[in-house]
Amino acid sequence: MKKPKTLLLIAIALCAAASFFTGGINPYYYDILITIGINIILAVSLNLVTGYTGQFSLGHAGFMAVGAYSSAWMTLTFGFVLGTSLPATGGVYLIALFGGGLAAAAAGLLVGVPSLRLRGDYLAIVTLGFSEIIKGVIQNAEPLGAQRGLGGMVQHTNFFWTYAVVALAIYGILTLVHSTYGSGFLAVRDDEIAAEAMGINTTKYKVLAFVIGAFLAGVAGGLYAHFKQFIHPEGFNFLKSVDIVVMVILGGMGSTAGVCLAAVILTILPEFLRTVSDYTWLPGPVRDLAENRMILYSLLLIILMLTRPQGLFGKMAFIRGKKS
Amino acid sequence: MIFPALFFGAWISEVNAGPIRVGEFASLTGASASFGQSSHKGTKLAVEEINAAGGVLGRPIELITEDDQSQAGQPATIVRKLISQDKVIAILGEVASSKSLEAAPICQQNKIPMISPASTNPKVTEVGDCIFRVCFIDPFQGTVMSKFARENGWKKIAVLTDVKQDYSVGLAEFFIKDFLANGGQIVREQKYSTGDKDFKPQLTSIKASQPDAVFVPGYYAEVSLIAKQAKLLGLKVPLLGGDGWVGDSLLKVAGKSLDGSFFSSHFSSDDASLMVRNFVEKFKAKYGEVPDDMAALGYDSAMILADAIRTAGTTDSGPLRQAIASTASHAGVTGKITLDPQRNASKSAVILTIGDGGFHFVKKVEP
Repeated sequence: MKKPKTLLLIAIALCAAASFFTGGINPYYYDILITIGINIILAVSLNLVTGYTGQFSLGHAGFMAVGAYSSAWMTLTFGFVLGTSLPATGGVYLIALFGGGLAAAAAGLLVGVPSLRLRGDYLAIVTLGFSEIIKGVIQNAEPLGAQRGLGGMVQHTNFFWTYAVVALAIYGILTLVHSTYGSGFLAVRDDEIAAEAMGINTTKYKVLAFVIGAFLAGVAGGLYAHFKQFIHPEGFNFLKSVDIVVMVILGGMGSTAGVCLAAVILTILPEFLRTVSDYTWLPGPVRDLAENRMILYSLLLIILMLTRPQGLFGKMAFIRGKKS
Repeated sequence: MIFPALFFGAWISEVNAGPIRVGEFASLTGASASFGQSSHKGTKLAVEEINAAGGVLGRPIELITEDDQSQAGQPATIVRKLISQDKVIAILGEVASSKSLEAAPICQQNKIPMISPASTNPKVTEVGDCIFRVCFIDPFQGTVMSKFARENGWKKIAVLTDVKQDYSVGLAEFFIKDFLANGGQIVREQKYSTGDKDFKPQLTSIKASQPDAVFVPGYYAEVSLIAKQAKLLGLKVPLLGGDGWVGDSLLKVAGKSLDGSFFSSHFSSDDASLMVRNFVEKFKAKYGEVPDDMAALGYDSAMILADAIRTAGTTDSGPLRQAIASTASHAGVTGKITLDPQRNASKSAVILTIGDGGFHFVKKVEP
């Protein structure tokens, strides 16, 4: 598969080029843009676990928390060991992003090995419990700011780093699931017993999906921590996990393109709804409803789900890999 | 595509002589919605009053409110929106300290003054010289209750602290410090954690120490259970606490077992002063309910900002920041407010007692 690699390079080059023009963007739109990128990473990584491998996880925010807190801790502790110049602190930041991802991956392995023998609802409950444990640990960890939250990180996350990670994540996941080896993920999802009978080590595949998903969620957490510059345990609660699950389900389980689109829509929609009440040409009742935009948001979610139960794009992905 | 629509839909041209734009961010939905809704109602009432009286500098105030859904991550986004898109000259919010801490660095970077109505964590105003608050901070309440205990002639006090809450630990620390420094005696110190249900071991030990009163600076969920179990164990002395006691379920769970206990708070709707009576009446007329602490603090935050704009004579951030910082003896519904050099409010606290299924005003304690 030569073509995707070129596409990846083009995408990263585009990110680099685009990042020269982000300086003039209104900070609010810039904030939304970065949030979209982070949400895409979270959604495609959960899609690997839930969409491609069929393991329902409600703990993705927990992995994000591990990544966010460990990378923030690293830059806060070692941020200036290489000096105070931008390349020096930026270097520490990149190492911290990677380290945050590794920490999250380790957490994924820790929770994955014992619990991935479970299926369906049981696994969902275990992962939910795990993310609550993470939250509980952070809330009691004084060096991590405990219940106060952790702040003071330098804002290193920018358009380039965010979307470079987005491109890498999409590329990595697509090439993985479309490789011969990666067919194992789909086999586990489609029929676990049959896959096992064919000699596929299902637990290994599940743990692998979990660890990769956790790694990417951890990196997303690191990006988040160094963009918002303040993290709080409540930001990684059950609701955050559900948000990511909704993106995956709405986008269509196992459709990377759909999941990306869902992440974009679900990030912009609540912000867009803030402005609806400003449109004077809309009828009064609609504008009144828009005052309670979360009701409107939920209503739109229900409509989307009813009209596109198979996801926005169905099973379409960016690349339809030819199995050789 | 939605994104371009977002650009145009929200496009608001800059105006110079139009209304003065003030931003507010609050938890109007989500877990802490009851706090956010209250403070928002108070803030809105204040702005309406100011505009009815002709506005400030001859211009009306336009309050632009955004909901942060009680979700971490949202305050940063919407404060950026308020500053960069709505071009507000100042920001009011939030009740929860964790939300204020997220928004504060952004206001500070943009040199936009931010006034928090009710974030009591000391760290909030430490972010920078643009961040203010109109409530007292945690340590102050500990000192107030110690003073109150001494005035009542209680010599021996037991303390029961929630070790999981900074708030509780802070109050206990300052209570003990002040009480010991003034010749009092702390006869027992016991601890519990948020979420605990059984407090009998701690309460038994406290009972054995024969205190005159027990200081329980926790939140209402645990305090109501503590009160109930204390009664069961026959501990008849009054309980003392802080504003964390205020919560819907406090009296529902505790029933009559908290009768005769005291706690410190920001505001009492029973307060007989003319200012408070006026405020309560107007609030009732508009919303059909009695204002609580958060509503009163929201009201004061907007009033202090309006006063500062008048004093500064401009909405430019430099002079405005200076004017807010020099707020002195502002007559607010939550007491006379003076902002100290650390940009925290130095003001009186009210002591409330519990009885007949409600809270009753006892006295004001000056700082």
